[in-house]
Amino acid sequence: MPPAEPTATLVPRAARVARAWRETHDTWSLELEDPGAPPARPGQFDMLYAFGVGEVPISFSGDLTRVERPIHTIRAVGAVTRALCALGPGDALGVRGPFGAGWPLDAARGRDLVILAGGIGLAPLRPLLYAALAERAEFGRVVLLYGARTPADLLYPAELEAWRRGAEVEVHVTVDAATPEWPGEVGVVTSLIARAELDPTASVACVCGPEIMMTFCARHLLDLGVPPERVHVSLERNMKCALGWCGRCQLGSEFVCRDGPVFGYARATPLLATREL
Amino acid sequence: MRTIEEELAEQGFTRDLRPEHRALIAGCGSLRAFPAGSTIFRAGDPADTFYLLRSGRVALEVYGPSRGALTVETLGPGQVLGWSWLFEPYRCSFDARVVSDARTIAFDGACLRGKAEADHELGYQLMRRMARVFTQRLEATRLQLLDVYGDHAAR
Repeated sequence: MPPAEPTATLVPRAARVARAWRETHDTWSLELEDPGAPPARPGQFDMLYAFGVGEVPISFSGDLTRVERPIHTIRAVGAVTRALCALGPGDALGVRGPFGAGWPLDAARGRDLVILAGGIGLAPLRPLLYAALAERAEFGRVVLLYGARTPADLLYPAELEAWRRGAEVEVHVTVDAATPEWPGEVGVVTSLIARAELDPTASVACVCGPEIMMTFCARHLLDLGVPPERVHVSLERNMKCALGWCGRCQLGSEFVCRDGPVFGYARATPLLATREL
Repeated sequence: MRTIEEELAEQGFTRDLRPEHRALIAGCGSLRAFPAGSTIFRAGDPADTFYLLRSGRVALEVYGPSRGALTVETLGPGQVLGWSWLFEPYRCSFDARVVSDARTIAFDGACLRGKAEADHELGYQLMRRMARVFTQRLEATRLQLLDVYGDHAAR
């Protein structure tokens, strides 16, 4: 286990919201003015502190190759995330980070990069997609498989459409439920794996979403023949210190905040399968 | 123009059937096309046909008086449409609406049942393939029921 990064600290930096916008009915994105922020990698997260309310881990969701200000996409589901989503331009918040291990982009070089996202799970994967697009020639196929609850819950619809129209990313989107006005696919995200006609020998898969969704996606990928060491998942546990000190996010011998949140599926499987963890 | 037997040799559902079995069921099939917006069958219709989708997309829908039409699943190339032809009372359970122009191989359900009854090896092979489809759809339905993206699963 590597030691905590030298940038890691328990003292938040003072930051401000530069821009805030609504993504869906319950999800907002914040662009932060955070001048002291160290560079981040796709898959890493910040601890965002809503003063007087609390602190939560939120993944980077913007283009880390170009955009100077960090962007975080937040779903308002609890007291802290609701407080963060209520912030507007100029409002102050605390930031610690970046923390955690990122997506293994280098492992996908020379191979097909398969990005499997469910719900808000697209947010931590979007920087990975941007990073792959910044070096597009380094990869074979770049495939995005994205599932959400309903069409209204789809994140970044304009970008999805732009990627779909372009030739660099193969985009497959599905929703669990829809009315007939929805012109796209209806069905669970696992159904997209067969439709994408992936080459299991060439694919490196990065999966993020609710744990049940990740488990089924990983099983389908393994059934297809993708080796477990080339399937990566992003785990979520209650994180507090983000440094591997407090043990709140301990999963077996791993600290999700420090050793993850991205784990190879071979490592994640026994952790996910143990109910007591 | 390709024969139905040639088409069956390329369809995932029938590709690895023995050639003589493909020839047998080809006799029950015909090529049928449906334009976008049309309805292939409605809930309650007699389920007398089994479709293999060659191209296009079809939505399975259910209608609720207070909710209107709801799409429960969309099906695409290589997928199977309709299994009510297998079991009495042979009634369709959902509406099948064509989302984008669909080309299908349409099999006469009674003809298929008759051939499966006469040749149990063929019947077993067909049922194995249908069972795999049932399993996949059941797993997908369970995942939909779990509502994995709901608030309770928020990340």
